[in-house]
Amino acid sequence: MARPLVLEAPPAVRPRFEAVFLRRLFRRRLVIVGALLIAGVFMVSLFAPVLAPQGYDDQDLLKRLRPPSPAHALGTDMLGRDLLARIVWGARISLMVGALAVSISLPTGSLLGLLSGFYGGNTDRVIMGLMDVKLAFPGILLALAVVAALGPGLYQVMIAVGVNQIPAFARLVRGSVLSVRKHEYVDAARALGARDVRIMLQHILPNVIAPVVVLATLDVGTAILASAGLSFLGLGAQPPLPDWGGMINQGRAFLRTAWWVGVFPGFAIMLTVLGFNLMGDGLRDALDPRLRT
Amino acid sequence: MWAYVVRKLIAAVPVLLGAALLAFLILHLSPGDPARLVAGEQAFEEDVEMIRRQLGLDRPFLVQYGRFLGSVLHGELGRSIRTGRSVRDEIGARFPYTMELAVTSLILSVAIGVVAGILAATRPNTAYDYGATLGALAGVSTPTFWLGLLLMLAFSYYLGWLPASGRGGPLWTWEGVQAMIMPAIALGTPSAAIIARLTRSSLLEVMRQDYVRTARSKGLIERVVINHHALRNALIPVVTVVGLRLGVLLGGAVITEQVFAWPGIGTLIVTAISSRDYPMVQGAILVVAFSFVTVNLGVDLLYALVDPRIRYEE
Repeated sequence: MARPLVLEAPPAVRPRFEAVFLRRLFRRRLVIVGALLIAGVFMVSLFAPVLAPQGYDDQDLLKRLRPPSPAHALGTDMLGRDLLARIVWGARISLMVGALAVSISLPTGSLLGLLSGFYGGNTDRVIMGLMDVKLAFPGILLALAVVAALGPGLYQVMIAVGVNQIPAFARLVRGSVLSVRKHEYVDAARALGARDVRIMLQHILPNVIAPVVVLATLDVGTAILASAGLSFLGLGAQPPLPDWGGMINQGRAFLRTAWWVGVFPGFAIMLTVLGFNLMGDGLRDALDPRLRT
Repeated sequence: MWAYVVRKLIAAVPVLLGAALLAFLILHLSPGDPARLVAGEQAFEEDVEMIRRQLGLDRPFLVQYGRFLGSVLHGELGRSIRTGRSVRDEIGARFPYTMELAVTSLILSVAIGVVAGILAATRPNTAYDYGATLGALAGVSTPTFWLGLLLMLAFSYYLGWLPASGRGGPLWTWEGVQAMIMPAIALGTPSAAIIARLTRSSLLEVMRQDYVRTARSKGLIERVVINHHALRNALIPVVTVVGLRLGVLLGGAVITEQVFAWPGIGTLIVTAISSRDYPMVQGAILVVAFSFVTVNLGVDLLYALVDPRIRYEE
């Protein structure tokens, strides 16, 4: 069987793309801050069993609502549970929500965008029409509808948040595909007899992936924020799971007497989301300096 | 212009149908028998059957959706399972408060965002610019409900300057203004941050254009160059985002209202979801979605009026 002619890349004379990219990425100090924040949350969630002073649901009713002290660095909540321990364990939930939501939105949205941009015509009209319908109403409404139908819970929230972000990926990928598909290497692949699937996956997808990475990074932050909001409404992870949004909701009742219960988990959310936002911004600037904000 | 208006109106129809379908599906995607869900756990079998017939749940799916659409078009949203009152009346009584909160925080966030963005763009790479950029990043990363609690802690519990919750009264009274300050700031902060970033980048972009250089080389002072030549063009993308933000704020109000016990539609939705009050959930979601679509439509038309180029695109 004749194999298509493969041209080897010329020997590297310029610095490799990766090296240039990484240097450009980490030249900005804020990106380093973002990377450190993300790495920090990852480490905390990975080593939660070691880092947490106790289990997330270890109650001590004699030590309810204690202020921060050497024994309980961030104080205790209304059931005498150590807040630091709950926040540390909660990192796992937050990262899981972010990762799962993106693992729904990224592949689905990218596939829809790829099909839409590649085939155009009616395929494009139907897919983009559906995406426009979704984009035309506030994300939280869809999430509320999903929770109203399926009942409150962590997984329902992840699905709702993930589905909500599909149109963003679809639109982004479609736009990139439209510009990439006009290139000559796509015509060349077609002339060599490559099938649609091969052209899409081997020739188009690698060239549209950069903005997708940026969106995915920003999206993890958005998903964490959105799910925290739903948990705050009591519709997300159910007690005793140490969900940061849910913890703020519990702390609300004791704001006047024990502010630490509601205040500390909020810092955890803010720093985590900030990390992903800084990283996403940095990636965007490094991948495409023209888009610099 | 009229062709554009008609095109936009037609484009809104599938969106509205989609919103109605979503609201309709809530009851049908819930695990369990819809009639039983509406009747309640302890209802007798005969009552469940009666409700099934009354609501037409024994009819084919498409017939049900058609009937649902028909009643929605007549403004009939059913009765609340929990209170027995008309859903339309309950929502009608509360929706203005949500709108009031969303619009106030939009105005606030536009004012703060645009001014901060201009200041940052006209002083690039200064401490001010970095401060505004970092502030904007923190603004989009902060959960609004948490910010609300922090404000409440500071200004109600420690300083005692503002009421912690509730709507103090109409906005033209001092009590009304006081009660509005914290919810509007909490809800509007992410929007202000986004608008500030956009204004900054858009203005920086415009400042590099030839006509700005021409204006400068004519010898105009910097303030005139910015106000008369740069800003007008820089604010065009900002206007689009402002329209979209109102929708986001309407949705976000659901959470902020919960923090401040604001008597709007958000509190209604959350209570309805936890008490499985399906007609109320459906009605509220429909109303918010419809107003979102209407607002966006209005913004599109306004935008086309301001910038004639838009009408001829597509």
